[in-house]
Amino acid sequence: MARERVRARRFWGSAGMLGIALYCLVPFYWMVVSSFRRTADIHDKTPWPAPWSLESYGAVFAADMGFGRSLLNSFVVAGTTTLVTLAVGTLAAYALARLEFRGKNVVLALVIAVSMFPGALLIVPLLELFTTIGWINTYQAMIVPSMSFALPLTIWNLTTFFRQLPYDLEQAAMIDGCTPFAAFRRVMLPLAAPGVFTTAILAFIATWNEFIIAVTMVNDQARQPATVRIAQFTGAAQFDTPFGTQMAAGVLVTIPLVLLVLFFQRRIVAGLTAGALK
Amino acid sequence: MLSPTMIVLALVVFYPLVAAMRESFYESGQRLDADGFVVEGEWFAGLANYAGVVQQRFLNAALNTTLFTVVTVALEVVLGVAMALVMRRAFRGRAFLRASILVPWAVPTAVAGLMWKWIFQADGVANALLGTEILWTADGPWAKLAVVVADVWKTSPFVGLLVLAGLQIIPAEVYEAARVDGATPRQTFWRVTLPLVKPALLVAVLFRLMDALRVFDLPYVMIGPRKQSVETLSGLIWDEATRVHYGPASAYGTALFLYIAVIAFVFVKLLGADLLSDVRARRKEAARDGA
Repeated sequence: MARERVRARRFWGSAGMLGIALYCLVPFYWMVVSSFRRTADIHDKTPWPAPWSLESYGAVFAADMGFGRSLLNSFVVAGTTTLVTLAVGTLAAYALARLEFRGKNVVLALVIAVSMFPGALLIVPLLELFTTIGWINTYQAMIVPSMSFALPLTIWNLTTFFRQLPYDLEQAAMIDGCTPFAAFRRVMLPLAAPGVFTTAILAFIATWNEFIIAVTMVNDQARQPATVRIAQFTGAAQFDTPFGTQMAAGVLVTIPLVLLVLFFQRRIVAGLTAGALK
Repeated sequence: MLSPTMIVLALVVFYPLVAAMRESFYESGQRLDADGFVVEGEWFAGLANYAGVVQQRFLNAALNTTLFTVVTVALEVVLGVAMALVMRRAFRGRAFLRASILVPWAVPTAVAGLMWKWIFQADGVANALLGTEILWTADGPWAKLAVVVADVWKTSPFVGLLVLAGLQIIPAEVYEAARVDGATPRQTFWRVTLPLVKPALLVAVLFRLMDALRVFDLPYVMIGPRKQSVETLSGLIWDEATRVHYGPASAYGTALFLYIAVIAFVFVKLLGADLLSDVRARRKEAARDGA
């Protein structure tokens, strides 16, 4: 009786796990499968492509699509945003985690509040400003506004990481004659490296996936990041959406992120949940 | 050490916020001056830009946004909690499960939108499986459902991860005590698990509320801009801004900002009282440890 119940529980547990995995992966699988079909049988409903074809992938990299360029743009924008926010955010997070000063809680509350700002509100004045100073269709027009969400995320995560590190280490360093800044640079930063790395991944993914800023600030095809470029792929005829090409491009844009997820899943989960619980 | 952060935030958040609020009371373009000459410039317009707030298009967008937020967040909480409960038990295949649950989260929203648009095509796989012939991605009530399905797919796993993290810090003794007292699994869930996981769940819901209220890319990519059935407030603001109607765009933006702020405030006041006090207590603790 008891054994039967244990067995039933195990069965339902496995069924639940399988259900979750299918729920998460099946729609994505359908995108991958569709990307490997020929344009002629793109509407097939077979669970795998017959025959396999790289036709859509060839179409993605056709010169007039500008897709390779848009991938490069995405790397430049997401990479730069991540580096700059890390540089700025690490200092702020260290101050918030370690130093006692008046208004500290106000700053923390402000950082959280900022991350909840609607992007649609920010783009209106920024679009006007960037038009005036000639920043439309530039990288910085995407990088600077992207910091409005990347920076709060960075500070929030890093503050949590710095708080977990024992305070004694810095004190020891300072007793040994380090200035507070040297203690931070030589002792804390190397220790916090895993946290900084996790935060970098989260900030990179957030910026890579950004859409509203890019679609507003950039209309030049050569400067668009991949997310915007794919959405604007057009087929031969005006109302003919090239789904095969879009699916192939979608798979290519997602691959870097799926690789990050596969290699760093434990850290990403820790980083995602750190802000929520601490 | 905080000054670089403050400078960046001032530039990319506070300047736009103040500028948008100011802009929302101004009108720009051409008009005739007292002598009948055409002058170009900007002048105070009072509440003229806010007139659109009571008009059909804005109200429709506000209703769409609210409906989308309520439905998706409710579904995501139910699914997220269910996922977390399953994942807590998982030992074998845990890494695989964790990796697969991160896939919807990692797929860029624009790509997820295209993916679901493809699935929901008139001759797509959704209609084939359901045996229906619904025009999901045309402007209409079905489009709302399609967008909701796509959003729930993309973000329930995220809610699940946050709730799972909350579940994992519940000590095993609590469950043992419940079992010794003869609690049924259902009682254990409602009386033990749910109250203890509440702080983590509330944070997840707050994150999702704020995100859903400003949704833009999913309806834009799946159905298209300027589609009545799925136009959200962010979509409306974006449309006005790109057509250089900065005044109304700013007015709507300010309205959306106030809406989000009020929802966040009410949420924290009504449900999150213990959440805030918890944060405060932790902070005190941290301060004491630091001293």
